[in-house]
Amino acid sequence: MIEILKDRKTQVFTKGDSANALKCDRKSVSGSVSQRACAFCGSRVVLYPISDALHLVHGPIGCAAYTWDIRGSLSSGPQIHRLSFSTDLQEKDVIFGGEPKLYNALTDLIARYKPKAAFVYSTCIVGLIGDDVEAICRRVSREAGIDVIMVESEGFKGTKKTGYQAACDAVYKLVGTGDTSGISKVSINILGDFNVAGESWLIKRYFEEMGIEVVSVLTGDGRVDEIRRSHGAALNLVQCSGSMTHLAHSMERDYGIPMKRVSFFGVEDTSAALYETVSFFKDESLLDRARNVVSGRMKAVMPELRMAKAELIGKRAALYVGGAFKAFSLVRALRNLGMETVLAGTQTGNNEDYELLRDICDEGTVIVDDSNPLELAKFCLEKDVDLFIGGVKERPIAYKLGIAFCDHNHERKICLAGFEGMINFAREVRDSVMSPVWKYVPRRAGRCRIGSPGAEPGPACFPEKEVPHV
Amino acid sequence: MSEVDAASIHGAVRPEGNNHCPFTRGASPHATQNACKMCTPLGAALAFAGVEGCLSILHGSQGCATYIRRYLISHFREPMDIASSSFSEEDAIFGGGRNLKIGLDNVCAAYHPLLVGVATTCLAETIGEDVPQILREYRESRDNETIPQIVHVSTASYSGDHWDGFHKTVRALVEQLAFEPVGVATETPSINLFGGMLSCEDLRYLKRSCEEVGIKAHLIPDYSETLDGGSWSAYRRIPDGGTPSASIVGSSASMASITLGALSSIHPESAGAFLHRRFAVPHLSMPLPMGIEDTDRFLSQLAFLARGDVRPWHPDTSVLFLNPETESERSRLIDSYVDGHKYVAGKRVAVFADPDLLAGLGAFLSETGLVPVLLATGSKVANTGPLVRRIASSDGSVPVLLTGVDHALIADRCRELRPDLIIGNSKGYPIARELGVPLVRCGMPIHDRIGAQRVLHLGYSGAQRLYDQIVNTLLEHRQDGSETGFSYL
Repeated sequence: MIEILKDRKTQVFTKGDSANALKCDRKSVSGSVSQRACAFCGSRVVLYPISDALHLVHGPIGCAAYTWDIRGSLSSGPQIHRLSFSTDLQEKDVIFGGEPKLYNALTDLIARYKPKAAFVYSTCIVGLIGDDVEAICRRVSREAGIDVIMVESEGFKGTKKTGYQAACDAVYKLVGTGDTSGISKVSINILGDFNVAGESWLIKRYFEEMGIEVVSVLTGDGRVDEIRRSHGAALNLVQCSGSMTHLAHSMERDYGIPMKRVSFFGVEDTSAALYETVSFFKDESLLDRARNVVSGRMKAVMPELRMAKAELIGKRAALYVGGAFKAFSLVRALRNLGMETVLAGTQTGNNEDYELLRDICDEGTVIVDDSNPLELAKFCLEKDVDLFIGGVKERPIAYKLGIAFCDHNHERKICLAGFEGMINFAREVRDSVMSPVWKYVPRRAGRCRIGSPGAEPGPACFPEKEVPHV
Repeated sequence: MSEVDAASIHGAVRPEGNNHCPFTRGASPHATQNACKMCTPLGAALAFAGVEGCLSILHGSQGCATYIRRYLISHFREPMDIASSSFSEEDAIFGGGRNLKIGLDNVCAAYHPLLVGVATTCLAETIGEDVPQILREYRESRDNETIPQIVHVSTASYSGDHWDGFHKTVRALVEQLAFEPVGVATETPSINLFGGMLSCEDLRYLKRSCEEVGIKAHLIPDYSETLDGGSWSAYRRIPDGGTPSASIVGSSASMASITLGALSSIHPESAGAFLHRRFAVPHLSMPLPMGIEDTDRFLSQLAFLARGDVRPWHPDTSVLFLNPETESERSRLIDSYVDGHKYVAGKRVAVFADPDLLAGLGAFLSETGLVPVLLATGSKVANTGPLVRRIASSDGSVPVLLTGVDHALIADRCRELRPDLIIGNSKGYPIARELGVPLVRCGMPIHDRIGAQRVLHLGYSGAQRLYDQIVNTLLEHRQDGSETGFSYL
């Protein structure tokens, strides 16, 4: 029997069982094996897709080594973002300071790769050894003639969320420095889409078909020059609310650009995002075009979604993701496939997020903040789930227990956004949930045709198909 | 376009533009580009994962534990729980001792470990955390009966890399757990076997080899089951398997230690060297048993030890002794070397790997007629002699040897040397793709293929598998690139 740590009991909530609010926005409990990373990770994932910038990690090697070409973010042009650059600080640098190394590394790399800008990520020890990164950045910027921007991403400064903020502050230094002439009045920026598996391209196409200009995507398939003129857009659409809301707020404050929170996961949320955007511009012809985009694509994807639903109906899902907005969309998308979410958790949700999550989930759903492998395994077993949606760190929890898995993290290489992405999502889920391999997994082998008590068809029940023995 | 053909939907369409895996643009004297190493605490976490009932806790920021977990999971595809003392800004200023103690409490409450491995990160080291003192206080404040054993290791990532972290941790385990033998004669004479950073299949091979000759071996560490276990019916807090801590405690009473690895085995700070100095346990050093000659040496040494003979085996003075099954394996391997020798003759191979594996691969390749033209490792190696110990080519050429390098420099040399084949981990893919040559994956990390845990590098059977794979990869490459495309080669 797995017990929840005393210090973490307030971060777990079962809808219907408890009236207390869930505690969140806390630092991880020491020793709890949190699935969270650090502030550096937050900054690195947000800025990573800017493909014509140099991303130099100032610190010992680990931080750069583990973020080399790991994201599924695509670029239609430069690929510098997929390389890993580090000052690889050594003991002598820690003692005597890493500034000369930083200066030389920056100068050398800028000469080699000719980036449009450079981001320098501070890691844990940089502040401690007293490096004046800001001064080096200023100097190199002057000498090389490009923006060299420090990202205050020391890991210990907080969670990924802290890092998101640092990244927003860094990228904001570019915003407002470009020429906005020629930008349509009907124009948007898409914030918080990272072009994983080309998702930004897909979403951009919807808007282009509707006649809405996309000035920049932050940061999917990102380019420095596009970001520079992003303040010329009429509206900011903010996806992945955790990472980019801060930037949207800055742009609202300084440039008066309003923001709307949207999500492009699932057909419902994608449609809602398009209609909401249209409603902002108050233009009837736009609405017609939005209807065309939505109805044409819905017609194309619904038959397959219905087929998937017929197979998946009644299956139970657990999801554990980084930010809450993705969780909302996934609950709805799973419902579209006839599936029930029985466990929903996020690494970095806030109070508002968890209230909304509670509202959209069914009775009995376990909601959990900043969870860990033991808790997730415990709930998966108690809720007898058929599918786990998470990232690479959650995958072995699911697989070891014989649970299907869908990767919905930024390392994936499959497009899951928009209408077309929903088809991929359904295929991903179905391919895993309906695989014959679960029949052999010990936890489920014994009850192939039995089903679980009180439920028919049982969620752990393998479909009533005869599997021939050859 | 508003109509979309659902059957054809796989993803978004890439706009016009390049579609390249990015190239590095020359090695830099100042920056590390595409590192050919991982960080020191990763090695520590891996070593601790090979001890029974052990959970490790990294003293530092939350991200270190999480990144390392993710990286190791992508290679082993197994649960890899590593706790963190989760430093905050305040801890970075005032010290994280309190956090570490809370972390130890929570790890004990959640995981019920038999042993906790505490490894420091560069943050903890930079602020000068006195971990032994923190642990002393922790032990004193708790009832000694109720807390697990704790082993700590100092693993700042600015000194050394994953390879150093691994070996330092093995040494720390032995140093902190091994006791003076107290006059109790062990039932069966046992040996200590320090295999190094190997695949799970390699570790199983080592255990099997000892069993076959009737030797009880303390394989330290042993993550062959913890990081390559079966499917579970219930969740395990800590996966089954691993070296029992009793084996580490008792390592001082073993009849001998064997340390494998051309470099690790001669390191003055190795666990085997420590046991020799401290408890006078005879220490036998040898390279990884890769290829025929080094496998001969290892198995013959085991046969010696099985007879109670702790002298180093030497090819000139002793007759090779193998059981019939192993003898056939060896014979089949030689036969396959003959079958394939013309396909590989003179083929130029660039190899990059951790030092011990690199030395082993070089030796193995030289036995077959493949020509290692580049041997590279990201680790800094003071004494490079053992890396090229058995490298010989028929034309007398010597390979380019690179140590302490990154993938930008490896790529530069590969562009000059134009190898026919690259051998190394997944990180060699970009240069292999750039040059249009195949990559045979071994070592760590392998996270673009399945089965990294089960790549067997050691023994005649490991050489057999590698050899077949290499020959077939070369044949496939030639076949795919030919205009005629014969199906009969």
